[in-house]
Amino acid sequence: MTEVSLAGRPSRLPEPGPLPNRLQLTDDGQLRHMLTIEGLKRELLTEILDTAESFANMNEKAVKKVPLLRGKTIVNLFFEASTRTRTTFELAAKRLSADVLNINVDTSSAVKGESLLDTLRNLEAMNVDMFVVRHQESGAAHFIARHVAPGISVLNAGDGRHAHPTQALLDMFTIRRHKGDFTKLKVAIVGDILHSRVARSQIHALNILQTGEVRVVAPCSLLPADVDQLGVQVYDNLDEGLRDVDVIIMLRLQRERMEHAHLPSEHEFYRLFGLTSRRLQLAHPTCLVMHPGPANRGVEIESAVADGPHSVILEQVTYGISVRMAVMSMVMGVHQT
Amino acid sequence: MSVLIENARIIDPADGFDAVAPLCVQGSEILARGQIPDGFEPRRRIDGSGLWLIPGLIELAARLREPGEEHKATIASETLAAAHGGITSVVIPPDTDPPIDSPAEIELIARRTRQACGVRVHTLGALTHQLEGQQLAEMAALMQAGALGVSNAHRPLASLLVLRRALEYATTFGLTTVLAAQDASLTGSGCMHEGAVCTRLGLSGIPEAAETAALGAILALVEETGARVHVARLSTRRGAEMIAKARAEGLPVSADVAAHQLFLTEMDLAEYDPNCHVIPPLRGQRDRDGLRAAVARGEIGAICSDHQPHEADAKLGPFAGTRPGISGLETLLPLTLRLVEDGLLGLHEALARVTTGPADILGLDQGRLSAGAAADFVLYDPGAMLEIRRGDWLSAGHNSPFFDWTFSGAVRETWVAGRPAWSRPAEDTE
Repeated sequence: MTEVSLAGRPSRLPEPGPLPNRLQLTDDGQLRHMLTIEGLKRELLTEILDTAESFANMNEKAVKKVPLLRGKTIVNLFFEASTRTRTTFELAAKRLSADVLNINVDTSSAVKGESLLDTLRNLEAMNVDMFVVRHQESGAAHFIARHVAPGISVLNAGDGRHAHPTQALLDMFTIRRHKGDFTKLKVAIVGDILHSRVARSQIHALNILQTGEVRVVAPCSLLPADVDQLGVQVYDNLDEGLRDVDVIIMLRLQRERMEHAHLPSEHEFYRLFGLTSRRLQLAHPTCLVMHPGPANRGVEIESAVADGPHSVILEQVTYGISVRMAVMSMVMGVHQT
Repeated sequence: MSVLIENARIIDPADGFDAVAPLCVQGSEILARGQIPDGFEPRRRIDGSGLWLIPGLIELAARLREPGEEHKATIASETLAAAHGGITSVVIPPDTDPPIDSPAEIELIARRTRQACGVRVHTLGALTHQLEGQQLAEMAALMQAGALGVSNAHRPLASLLVLRRALEYATTFGLTTVLAAQDASLTGSGCMHEGAVCTRLGLSGIPEAAETAALGAILALVEETGARVHVARLSTRRGAEMIAKARAEGLPVSADVAAHQLFLTEMDLAEYDPNCHVIPPLRGQRDRDGLRAAVARGEIGAICSDHQPHEADAKLGPFAGTRPGISGLETLLPLTLRLVEDGLLGLHEALARVTTGPADILGLDQGRLSAGAAADFVLYDPGAMLEIRRGDWLSAGHNSPFFDWTFSGAVRETWVAGRPAWSRPAEDTE
């Protein structure tokens, strides 16, 4: 009586479900857009990281530029403020010899669907090759990818709470450089999981790379519903969550997204979930401390930890350029030789 | 005009009549069913061989977008879409612009309806002044002007005290109050079912408790006031169970469900499909199955289309910013009959959920085929294949997740008050 009926569905369509790859991969499995980490294959993530590795070596040399994307036009289309992400995307594009246009759309005026599409159409008319998009609405990058002219690639630079794939990739790159094999690692993601697109993308990436254990640590009011179904162990106590971990990823408390009563005070949050030197001692002695930035010192992380010997926070920024170069060249179908 | 329809299989869920028999129509009413009275001289004879003759469907919640949002749709366009879908009566919720909170709006709608294809258009009046949730609307005047009941649509009430007073006042006139079980603060800015899929998509969730908490409050007030309440658009299994329990205890409550809730779940949002953006949201598979079971058992007495046509731009944007709603008039009957194919319930029960079920909820005397009833009926070809195609679609709103679905069986003709409101174009009927 309660059996699932699929009889009425058109037979030529695949099974319904949130499968994100119909849009972002070509028929032969190559990256067309980079919208989300979810559903990507391990081999593809490894290929991106390997490609980023070759760019990272180049970025340490005196001449930092390659002609891979010469003649291509890349538009950074940012509907939400950003410094780090936008500048590293810009630098990545310039080091690939592309022409870059930065557009910051005023977010104070309500951005409606039509105007988003209109903005897109106008830019398309200028024969651009790639959009790097940040938007406050989850699914915005998917929307743009669905409506963009064929041949134009879309890179998601953060959409609402949904995804920030290049951030997750640069985090994986940083972890891999320091730790090598993911399968033996315990990784704890700490803080405002609920509002974090970074955490969602990191969880997918860590699981695809077969990380030994992925933990999320937060008060229950900052955990999204059924988060355990993403393949994580849930901890509501920081001391327990940090025990023996090899990597700690602290998240920014997104106060601007908190519409309702999520926390009594920042003070109490820091007391219970802030990463301090004392707590860091619970983790593995060679533990990495990461943060996607910008960090709220004294809210989620103590300055001594953010600037301490375990911290790789600034390396993350540096590697962001190489990882974005890798993704940009791959979606354009060109390869570093 | 007098009409004789012969050789069709007449199916009347109101009294279980099911036979190949004649139906005699005199003027706007059914003169006789099952026999031809002596001296009946029809002006027109229709051969219904191979066809079913069923009561016209009654749709409990159709936004026709008039007055106020004629850029989305009009009474003329949507009543024709209704007839195309085998629907002969629609009920408009009061959230038009301006809201239906005075006889003037009801008269305007009646006037527009007279210029349309003939499908009956009924109204629900506002429960509170301008649907603002503060002060009671003039329910007695609305009832005298023709409103079948009162409702605040999806707009919140200021407090449970307002709801209590509104229920008490409506009871004075024997008016049914139609309520959405949806707590505004728990719904917040949510746009989909809260759960694992929502977490993956990074959208704001609407928890199950948004429905059950509101339903708990409604049922407590029904118990206290004895008011007759119809709960519109259930979306959760738990909500359906609460309604079943309340009915078993004898409370005067009924409920309906939107047809799409019986077929789609949160999984259908896939890559942010805005055509699956509905309020209340598509929920989990357990909810879908629970709602189906409640429909089969009759605890949910009506299936509706929750018709909400939109212009294309309303669905063009990132998911949360798109307008919720499905244009559903033309898929209500196919989806309802698909439940029969799925073995969920019998043909008579399924038809009852879209005919006598909604009629009984709002006290309409349509939805049946006995002698003396209104001649509102559908000639249905059970052997035809129906593919939902944009080219055949009559609603001005093309926001449907059901395009490209195929169904067996299709409406051939829809009659209202003894006149054809829609017939399938001749080239399609061979």
